[in-house]
Amino acid sequence: MNCKEATRLLSEKKDRPLSAQEKMALKIHTMICAGCRNFGKQMDALSVFSQAYIKEKDHKDE
Amino acid sequence: MFDQNEALDEHNASSSMNPQAKALYLNDPKFLAELRLMMLKFAKLQLADEALAEDAVQEALIGALKNAGNFERRSALKTWVFGILKHKIADILRKRQRYVEASSLLKEDQEDDNMEQLFTDHGHWHKHERPANWGLPHEAVKQDHFWRIFETCLHGLPENQARLFMMREFIQLDADEICQSLDITTSNLHVMLYRARLKLRECLENKWFLKGEATGAGTL
Repeated sequence: MNCKEATRLLSEKKDRPLSAQEKMALKIHTMICAGCRNFGKQMDALSVFSQAYIKEKDHKDE
Repeated sequence: MFDQNEALDEHNASSSMNPQAKALYLNDPKFLAELRLMMLKFAKLQLADEALAEDAVQEALIGALKNAGNFERRSALKTWVFGILKHKIADILRKRQRYVEASSLLKEDQEDDNMEQLFTDHGHWHKHERPANWGLPHEAVKQDHFWRIFETCLHGLPENQARLFMMREFIQLDADEICQSLDITTSNLHVMLYRARLKLRECLENKWFLKGEATGAGTL
């Protein structure tokens, strides 16, 4: 697995359950690749930002 | 139309909130105007149709303001109003057979491909493109300037990618639901969301996380 494939799966993980095989390959790749490990965390961060944007976007007005 | 309305009516009946506090939001035209604008921006991006977006926002606002007194904090009211809007938009999208021609979705997708800039021929990150550690992303959401960057990055996405991303991550529609309403295949959806996320994360990283603003050290 290379980074292109790994990042693709890290994105798809947000939209569908990965197979056991995909999970395993991804686990092995991210163990040795810090870039993709960061990418995976960033995918979750994007979800956090999206929900925060909708919910709390301009609470500074209060 | 929405379960929330019924739930809220019940809640309303038993509400013991101070009536003066209730009136506050309704008498603040600036707050209402800002809220409406924010909703409209959101609805327009989702629906790609100004008139439909106006209608959806109008309906959501009217429904919400009837019950506005239940919310002691403005942010709670906003969450709730957006909840209603989210359902309205999802309804409209569900009813619509295909609001964007699948062919135009795919065309845009093919035209826009910056993969070579990110990855080597072997599919590994170019050294300078390798994703960085964002530290504590939860800290970013507390900063106003971060949201301006976030909006800039979101608006920088190709329109269809932005819309798909919002359907999925903002409104949290199921992947299946999105595919059905847009008449695209699951694999199209995955590719488009992947590209949207790749770009969004790159933009946020370059414009925010690598600038030291995340730690508050950056200059504006």
